[in-house]
Amino acid sequence: MAIVLANEEISPGVLKLSVQGRFTGKMGQFYMLRAGERYPLLSRPISIFDLEEDRLDFLIQVAGEGTTRLSELKPGDRLTLDGPFGNGFPPLVGRIAFVGGGIGIAPFYYALRKAPQADVYLGFSREPYMVEEFRALACGNVTVDVGGSILEKVDFRKYDTVIACGPQPMLHAVQRKQEESGGQANVYVSLENRMACGIGACLVCSVKCRDGRKKACADGPVFLAEEVVFA
Amino acid sequence: MTDLSCQIAGVSFKNPIVMASGTFGFGKEYGAIYDINQLGGLSGKGLTLHPKAGNEGVRVAETASGMLNSVGLENPGIHAFLREECPRWEQLDLVRIVNLGGNTIEEYVEGARLIDEDAAWRRREGRTAVDMIELNISCPNVKAGGMAYGIKTEIARQVVREVRAATTLPLIVKLSPNAEDIVGMAVMCQEEQADGVSLINTFSAMKIDISKRRSVFENLYAGLSGPAIKPIALRMVHQVCQAVTLPVMGMGGISSAEDVVEFIMAGAAVVQVGTHNFVHLRAGEQLIAGLTAWMQAEGVQTLDEIRGIL
Repeated sequence: MAIVLANEEISPGVLKLSVQGRFTGKMGQFYMLRAGERYPLLSRPISIFDLEEDRLDFLIQVAGEGTTRLSELKPGDRLTLDGPFGNGFPPLVGRIAFVGGGIGIAPFYYALRKAPQADVYLGFSREPYMVEEFRALACGNVTVDVGGSILEKVDFRKYDTVIACGPQPMLHAVQRKQEESGGQANVYVSLENRMACGIGACLVCSVKCRDGRKKACADGPVFLAEEVVFA
Repeated sequence: MTDLSCQIAGVSFKNPIVMASGTFGFGKEYGAIYDINQLGGLSGKGLTLHPKAGNEGVRVAETASGMLNSVGLENPGIHAFLREECPRWEQLDLVRIVNLGGNTIEEYVEGARLIDEDAAWRRREGRTAVDMIELNISCPNVKAGGMAYGIKTEIARQVVREVRAATTLPLIVKLSPNAEDIVGMAVMCQEEQADGVSLINTFSAMKIDISKRRSVFENLYAGLSGPAIKPIALRMVHQVCQAVTLPVMGMGGISSAEDVVEFIMAGAAVVQVGTHNFVHLRAGEQLIAGLTAWMQAEGVQTLDEIRGIL
């Protein structure tokens, strides 16, 4: 259990939820969250947006029942929280690009604290959010696209490491773009599969990979783009 | 002195809390979170003779007080299990149950024979990795086999009979609530010399994505579990306990110590806990503590005092 410190809607249908306490986590890891103890039944996997000594922040898109309940939490309310889970991002080497689409921007804020030299690409279908916060942290370039394709603005050949997070069609496009660009950079995708246990036991978050099935929670959520078989 | 111990087919359980197949992996992940040796037992992820990739597409959806899953028996196969998981299972101090699935009778029998041979080999060396087999004729998420054998009693009889002949390990048969006659199925298991039955597996169920106008699940239907099914599961466990003398492992939506007590009062020898492992990662130790506290508060010293009192 944890106590809600703040919960604000930063853009229509997008929340920044802060919880109080001393937490741990590496960039790209996630926590399992649910608003109540008994309802909803299952927790939802949510990336670490930011982590400070006495608080943990999440960026959450309201998509269904579980996230709607999270949106109704008020400061002082309790929520159920377990984590951190997943392996997080690989070691960041050389020239780095973070590419986020929509709510997929969430893990890159904390990552940018660890690697402020990275270039950041933020894509939104409608209203952008958190852009100023990213700019305030970044030492590299912050590129924003609204309503188009953020991927078109990224030249993979300029980077040694590219990490992308966003909707599945975008991640599929990342994979194709890597193939087209000759595949020099190490390109990773961070997946947002549905989960139940979060620790690798239930197999509902299974990811089809070139060498068989892997678990988004325990083997990921970050995979080499070339290893994932997109539907 | 509160005594939570139970017996099934000569196998001793420290307490009646057994983790249900498919919700606990092979115990490794939960073992990193708490000491699983305090549990009564665990039933491992359902195994088939050959490795299985499982179902495509979405595999989980939450429903009112429950969840739907469509994993489709993804598993590494029996050979990999015996090679890679059993050395660790040998070190565990709880009842270790292999859940055995199959696509054909031949696959079930070959699987049972392999597990039995492996157990005999380890026994000669003074080691044990597997205490029981739970025969899964009730998975709703596999098109060929699985539940196909769990619907009609006379088709299931053939599987139970042949697997029974293939192993000397204690044999539990896991029943489906989708069976035409779950009580008749349990009676058949008794006639065919099984050592017990476990029930219930998930209900075949459905969810439609109305924006896409198609089923959420590639396999069309999925298996419903969680608190939503508990009252029906309890009724079925009670009916089966009335009809057979075989020990029953009761399960379906158990999420509190009070739920455990209900299943034991309905006649279950032990219970299995599934979905609740996702809700609370330390569900096992919470249930054991809660059950102990309940027994102490009620002055119940052994579970025999309340088992099957209805």
